[in-house]
Amino acid sequence: MTLWFVLSLMTAAAVFAVLQPLARRAPLRSGSDVAVYRDQLQEIDRDRTAGLIGEREAEAARIEVSRRLIGAADAEAPAASVDRTGRRRVAALIALVLLPLGAAGTYLMSGSPHLPAQPLSARLDRPPADAPGERSIADLVGRVEAHLEANPEDGRGWEVLAPVYMRLNRYEDAVKARRNILRLLGEDAVRHSDLGEALTGVANGIVTADAKAAFERALRHDPNEFKARYFLGLAAEQDGRPNEAANVWRELLAGAPPDAPWTGFIRESLLRVDPSTPMPAGPTADDVAAASQLSPEQRTEFVRGMVERLAERLQREGSDVDGWLRLLRAYMVLGDRDKARAAAGDARRALASEPDKLRQIDELVKGLGLEG
Amino acid sequence: MIPEIGHYALVLALGLAMIQAVVPLWGARLRDDTLMGTAGPTAFAQLAFAAIAFAALTACYVYSDFSVANVFENSHSAKPLIYKITGVWGNHEGSMLLWVLILALFGALVAYFGDNLPATLKANVLAVQSWIAAAFYIFILGTSNPFLRLAEAPFEGRDLNPILQDIGLAIHPPMLYLGYVGFSISFSFAIAALIEGRIDAAWARWVRPWTLAAWMCLTAGISMGSYWAYYELGWGGWWFWDPVENASLMPWIAGTALLHSAVVMEKRNALKIWTILLAILAFSLSLIGTFLVRSGVLTSVHTFATDPTRGVFILAILTFFIGGGLALYAWRAPVLKQGGLFAPLSREGALVLNNLFLTTACATVFIGTLYPLALEALTGDKISVGAPFFNLTFGPLMVPLLLAVPFGPLLAWKRGDLLGVAQRLTAAWMCGLITVAVTFAITRGGPILAPFAIGLAVYVMVGALTDIFERAGLLRVPFPTAIRRAGGLPRSAWGTAFAHFGLGATLLGIVCESNWNTERIVTLKPNETVSLRSYELTFDGMTTRQGPNYRELTAKFTVRSGGTVVDVMEPSKRNFASRGTSTTEAALLTRGFSQIYLSLGDPAADGALAIRLYHKPLVLLIWLGTVLMVFGGALSLSDRRLRVGAPKPAKKSALQPAE
Repeated sequence: MTLWFVLSLMTAAAVFAVLQPLARRAPLRSGSDVAVYRDQLQEIDRDRTAGLIGEREAEAARIEVSRRLIGAADAEAPAASVDRTGRRRVAALIALVLLPLGAAGTYLMSGSPHLPAQPLSARLDRPPADAPGERSIADLVGRVEAHLEANPEDGRGWEVLAPVYMRLNRYEDAVKARRNILRLLGEDAVRHSDLGEALTGVANGIVTADAKAAFERALRHDPNEFKARYFLGLAAEQDGRPNEAANVWRELLAGAPPDAPWTGFIRESLLRVDPSTPMPAGPTADDVAAASQLSPEQRTEFVRGMVERLAERLQREGSDVDGWLRLLRAYMVLGDRDKARAAAGDARRALASEPDKLRQIDELVKGLGLEG
Repeated sequence: MIPEIGHYALVLALGLAMIQAVVPLWGARLRDDTLMGTAGPTAFAQLAFAAIAFAALTACYVYSDFSVANVFENSHSAKPLIYKITGVWGNHEGSMLLWVLILALFGALVAYFGDNLPATLKANVLAVQSWIAAAFYIFILGTSNPFLRLAEAPFEGRDLNPILQDIGLAIHPPMLYLGYVGFSISFSFAIAALIEGRIDAAWARWVRPWTLAAWMCLTAGISMGSYWAYYELGWGGWWFWDPVENASLMPWIAGTALLHSAVVMEKRNALKIWTILLAILAFSLSLIGTFLVRSGVLTSVHTFATDPTRGVFILAILTFFIGGGLALYAWRAPVLKQGGLFAPLSREGALVLNNLFLTTACATVFIGTLYPLALEALTGDKISVGAPFFNLTFGPLMVPLLLAVPFGPLLAWKRGDLLGVAQRLTAAWMCGLITVAVTFAITRGGPILAPFAIGLAVYVMVGALTDIFERAGLLRVPFPTAIRRAGGLPRSAWGTAFAHFGLGATLLGIVCESNWNTERIVTLKPNETVSLRSYELTFDGMTTRQGPNYRELTAKFTVRSGGTVVDVMEPSKRNFASRGTSTTEAALLTRGFSQIYLSLGDPAADGALAIRLYHKPLVLLIWLGTVLMVFGGALSLSDRRLRVGAPKPAKKSALQPAE
């Protein structure tokens, strides 16, 4: 409310700046060439008295300037203007109507009047639940870095820091940290494949030759290192050999322990190269377990991934009414009204031949307030 | 609320600019005082709203309001306050906001100080000024709006590019912009004169102070930028013929030419049409400079933005104002009355010569800067035009100009006496020649041309003083009288002398630095010593410390000369974690006008350190010379008297005193 009040005051000030001069009746103050030439004549006299120019030069200059003065005086046109009220009205109308309307229109196109200012102090005052402790993470990282600066041979320190770097997307630092770990704490399969992962991060998710070499070293230590195997599959996919990738991942799934949290992830990758892979109907117990360990943002991301998988499946198997209902609710929870509305349309088309199921969809749509 | 107020203020400024661009122009056509009268108040209001917008953005930076996307991208809460503020114009959007603020400021200044202008001229000038302003407001709101918001403020910002986190940046761009934008006033005056179809000495009298002020700011801005590059970029160069530097040099050269031709016009009513053209060119080159830097055409440390829509938009602005200005010139210039006549050998003639050489030099820089771009656009070939090209073209063009500089102020108006002036310059000639001889004697086997260049610099400096000595009558009249007469000289004469002296000083610095600069690149272990000229530097060791948002590795060197300790130098390297970049902070040790320059390379594993070490003789003169030029400009600007050039009468009288 205050914002609108301030903005209207500003508009009023701007309009006033145009209207105020329109109200004046007195003629405008105006300088003229004649005045300048008069001053120049005086200047010549002053220079002459000060001895800066000789009498003959002064005389010549006087003649020149006087000639210009006469010319300027002749050219001086008398200001004449009649009936100004019409023009005034037009100008006033522009200021009163076009200025506020144009300004408001332009502002509303790109402004965000509903957003409050969020200066740092205000954000710091908010309860920590809102700002998920990033500041303290930065502090901790800084402290560990300072410690490592002084004791660069402390492998444990690098081991603490490396996963944090990965989480913060500081992949180059993570590579440095993981190389140090390998150097200081000795080599093993997991450390090699961690380095490969960081190298892949640096290359924006492309498994480079360096990264590939790291994963291959990992497999030499332990042929069953799952992360190395997964990434080598990814490398095969990126090299344009999807079948090989699919084989690697299928083997990985086959040998996976039943409670491994990463099976869903591998299955998803597999689906990308081989769409015929069967998917479990809902989130597996593993998925849920994995989700419970995530931060709020990651959880939202995770849920989104699941919802998209569900939507894809429903495109293929349209008769699953429970699936459709779940999808609509999920979209509403995520705040995607538009997607929910679109999905409702899809569902109606897919279920057109089954009136019972259609009614279920209609009821939910009404219940969610999606109608209209 | 603050960012939204700023945003709306910017929109209102655009609205007012549009009104100011139309209504006064309409009024001037009809000679309607009421309509013309709107120009002043709207100009003030426009300034007020532009200032509110700028203040709002600054407040967002100071309070680290990361809900503003621009602040989030270019600031960081741990940054020192001063760099939070300079960060406002350290990025594309903010710098454009500064640009329009300065534009509005100049408009308001014309409105405030312009009471002695003819009413129609004032109205036209302010309207033209407002066209430029409106174009840039639309550009900002359309393609680079600094007030766009993020719904959820990120917790921490992405920091300012650490290389730009320096006090040099705090002053360099605003100064440069004051210069660029200052030429917009000359441009507006030129266009207004073309619209009115009337131009006279009075016009030049009103344009001169604005041109002079803009030129001073531009000189200071370029000089600061050069010094900033010198100490911050870490390889000791001060001018790279980088396209971005050229972009600021071109308006400066054109502005220098304009300054001189405006003097002719004011004093002698001559060179009118040429002056108008120069005014259009100077601002056009400023716009081109903005275009080159802001559109992302160039890749350089100065380019923070690469966005094609911005490039196209600026190109459109460029085409409209340059094309429109030149078209109007072609159409209306023949209508203007030609001015006074003069003999080729006269002060006017000398200034025409100055203009010829300056514009040719400007053209060579223009070609050297734009030819590679045009070639790349047309054929895809990448060529680089660098220092050798400019040294071969720009250098030789400057030599005759510099030879002529001392002649100018000594020649009489209308018809001059070249031989007489040459005689009065005997002292300057002699000093120059002696310097050449002495330099040859001292630096046997050095560069052949350098001693001549030194001689030229000394000649320019002594020549600049000759004018003052002559007019004060030093050596001819008793000393106290001469001092009194020197004090009584117009400040504009002193200004000329200072500016020309500064030019010589800059030249001296440039020649010395580029010919006798000593460079050493060595790797040192702690307690080892390296010698440079007459100095010995001992590497004492390294320390690390934590700065506000960086970690710093500082090396300590003790400098000795002939066994006695002179000083301690502490160059450092700063590592900025949040951007993952590092900067080199060179250490400078000033001895007289010369400097020792020390910058760090990478430390090796065994504790050895690679360093780059320079001895730069008289390097400070480069920038001190420009300071003198600016001071000369300020003196001339403070001289409120009118300028009349008294012509030398046609018939010589034997009894006439020399002065």
